[in-house]
Amino acid sequence: MNNVEQHLLADSQLTREQLEQTLNYIHQHQVDYADLYFQSSYNETWVLEDGIVKDGSYNIERGVGVRALSGEKTGFSYSDAINFDALSKAAMAARSIAQSGESKKVQVFSDIAVKQQFAAVQPITKMADADKVALLREIEAHIRDIAPDAQQVVSSISAVYEEVLIAASDGTFATDIRPLIRLNCSVLLEKNGRRERGGAGGGARLDYGYFKELVDGKPRWLEYAEEAVRMARVNLEAVDAPAGAMPVVLGAGWPGVLLHEAVGHGLEGDFNRKEASAFSGKVGQQVASELCTVVDDGTLADRRGSLNVDDEGTPAAYNVLIEKGILKGYMQDKLNARLMGVAPTGNGRRESYAHLPMPRMTNTYMLPGEDTPADIISSVKKGIFASNFGGGQVDITSGKFVFSASEAYLIENGKITRPIKGATLIGNGPDVMHKVSMVGNDLQLDRGVGVCGKDGQSVPVGVGQPSLKIDEITVGGTA
Amino acid sequence: MSKTQQDPIYQQIDDVKQAVSEALTHAKKLGATAAEAAMSSTSGLSVSTRMGEVDTIEFNQDGGLGISVYVGNHKGSASTADLSPKALRSVVEKAVDIAKFTSDDPCNGVADKALLEMSPPDLDLYHPWDVSPEEGIEFCLDAEKAALEFDKRIVNSDGASFASHQGLRVYGNSHGLVAGFPRTRHTLSTMVIGQDGEQMQRDSAYTISREKNGLKVAESVGIEAAESTLAKLNSRKIKTMKTPVVFRADIANSLFGHLVSAIGGGALYRKSTFLLDSLHTQIFNSCVSIKERPHLLKGLASSPFDSEGVITQDRDIIHGGELQTYLMASYAARKLGMTATGHAGGIHNWLVQRTHDDLCAVLKTMGTGLLVTELMGQGVNTVTGDYSRGAAGFWVENGQIQYPVSEITIAGNLKDMFKGVQAIGGDIEVRGSVQTGSVLIESMQVAGE
Repeated sequence: MNNVEQHLLADSQLTREQLEQTLNYIHQHQVDYADLYFQSSYNETWVLEDGIVKDGSYNIERGVGVRALSGEKTGFSYSDAINFDALSKAAMAARSIAQSGESKKVQVFSDIAVKQQFAAVQPITKMADADKVALLREIEAHIRDIAPDAQQVVSSISAVYEEVLIAASDGTFATDIRPLIRLNCSVLLEKNGRRERGGAGGGARLDYGYFKELVDGKPRWLEYAEEAVRMARVNLEAVDAPAGAMPVVLGAGWPGVLLHEAVGHGLEGDFNRKEASAFSGKVGQQVASELCTVVDDGTLADRRGSLNVDDEGTPAAYNVLIEKGILKGYMQDKLNARLMGVAPTGNGRRESYAHLPMPRMTNTYMLPGEDTPADIISSVKKGIFASNFGGGQVDITSGKFVFSASEAYLIENGKITRPIKGATLIGNGPDVMHKVSMVGNDLQLDRGVGVCGKDGQSVPVGVGQPSLKIDEITVGGTA
Repeated sequence: MSKTQQDPIYQQIDDVKQAVSEALTHAKKLGATAAEAAMSSTSGLSVSTRMGEVDTIEFNQDGGLGISVYVGNHKGSASTADLSPKALRSVVEKAVDIAKFTSDDPCNGVADKALLEMSPPDLDLYHPWDVSPEEGIEFCLDAEKAALEFDKRIVNSDGASFASHQGLRVYGNSHGLVAGFPRTRHTLSTMVIGQDGEQMQRDSAYTISREKNGLKVAESVGIEAAESTLAKLNSRKIKTMKTPVVFRADIANSLFGHLVSAIGGGALYRKSTFLLDSLHTQIFNSCVSIKERPHLLKGLASSPFDSEGVITQDRDIIHGGELQTYLMASYAARKLGMTATGHAGGIHNWLVQRTHDDLCAVLKTMGTGLLVTELMGQGVNTVTGDYSRGAAGFWVENGQIQYPVSEITIAGNLKDMFKGVQAIGGDIEVRGSVQTGSVLIESMQVAGE
């Protein structure tokens, strides 16, 4: 028995036999599939604001979710107590989705062999609280050092340590340990009465030591600190962004939020099973320019969006969504895969035991092309270069999506000239993907800060892309 | 409707008050000089249907306790969704532990005793409804069916959902306040998909109330969803231009939401707001007045006290365009040498005063311009007021809607937008914490073709 099984079952006087018994009890009704999802998660945050360690916070969550599937129907119940009584009550509620009668046999559990994409570390206990605070103080000191004019400096670190155990009537038995860390810093600068903020951060499925690792001779936290100051300085100089349709060059890395919004959500299995997506029924068709190959990859080592197994016990996978512009397939959980007659793809995710799983992205990125970033910029006579973004949003049915640039520049006669204020870009997913006319050789992934929301559930994700050019998209400036 | 002290919810509240008191006592024993704790619990049912079939039945049971302890001026916080006595004790211990590492900050502490609501009024927020999954499913089926049958261009559905939840909230602190109240919330919504040629559009409609009888009938929710979806079909872009813009009532509350962020104590002491030093200055056109009424009976954003136990009271927020108050919780208030205003955790029923009868009158005043009915993305910078968001809606000429518009952005600066408000309709949207009619803004930059 591993630690997770010890913590989530044995410590609550539960046995595998009782889980099997519970699944059998659910299967006395006409259900196709049932699963039990045990979870415990610990979460901490430390915030340093202008030299004051303002608050530390700590959160514990623990419970079990019970789900029964019958055709397209789902019955779901959960409990914040883990014991056999609570489990049985939840099972009774969940199976009420179907009438009593014949159903498939519950399969004997077989442990899912998991390839570890990240190590089972406990980031919260691995570093002493005093050292966490010391790290924050070091970050603020450095920011004050390089920006003595800073009006306000806030830095924070947070970590999650999560254990999950999944037992399903198809025989799946899987456990997983999922660490997750974040660091964020932000600085407010003022110049001639104008105030602007800059922020930067990163994260991974590792312990806090990651932030102290040297990259090109600099600890990661220091790079974030410098980046936050640089962003604020750029914003102080920014002029009004232009308004209208124009060529846009996106930088490598985090601008990959484009893919997340323009195609990612539209390729989630649930929307396509319901034929509610602008990409429904288009497998095998050209949905993007042939320069575009887009993957969703849960198997990248230590990445924020990576998984060992998804929340249904399916191992994480490298899934090609679009290959040279041709739509290859959708991201699936077990329910939608079964109803569409395909295999699950390792994308069944849920925010917690108290939420239902659904198809979600992991790390979504575009493979590199052949152009150099410099060539891409110099090909534009008049347009913008956007190198950093805030969030985005999509209406998967109409395909309309937005994403908001937080750092952007004018391109005039093939040269980057002045910084411009943040602006929202809007387009239609399938249209915009056809207008990708150059793809760089500089693929980068984001720094590990992405959060994706869908139906009120948040999960950590990653994005990435090489530099690329969109021939025309609407830029929502004021000039 | 059962609403007697026999209802088990009142026993539950007493039990939770007991648990909160014990947590506070435990904190004191561990060395805390002050502490505050809040506990909430919600239970209920969510069901959904899609294309005439049951989709999901969910039995919800959520809760949690959050505690903040102060050891002198050092603060530590912890929370748990696991409400076993062992977990409750362990979070208190954790919070006290954390306080060892946080700074000595004289602004920390529970709210001043004089500001607390020691005997909260009953705001009639609790109207339990013993509704079965089958009944909930009926509502969903009726709403969805009405939408699907409304027009042949309604070709698909994203489903309908019904939820009925009841819960309680208890707050206590070391000044001896322990208060709680029950509340309920019932909702029904549906979203359908329309198609005409190649273009697909979706839209939704919903109804929400504290009480069963406050919900709209299912069929009307379905018809509203169908009508909004159909209205969006065959939408097109418009040219890039400067134009007057009307924010329809159901999205106009977002404008006042930006105001909430900008006059909050946290943004002010961090100097992270475009409305710094704006108290008692003209920030809106003089036609704008906003009143706060926290004690509206059955109100969706009604609350007798805020999340620090501070009394909530009627206030003028904006009068004749002038800002009357900042929104202060204790920490920020102490930072700025001000007094807490009962806004820890948010606002309570803002009523934006109308200047015009209805949407028609507002459109007529605009004449020609853009009616925005949908906003996308988060392109709002509270530090600078810069505003740039995706939008969809309708092009209007001479006060008449001409055709649907999509895939455009609207941009400006909130300072100018607030000063440019020229009319507010009587078509008041009552389903949120800000109740406003449609809002006409003199000029914004539209980006399209």
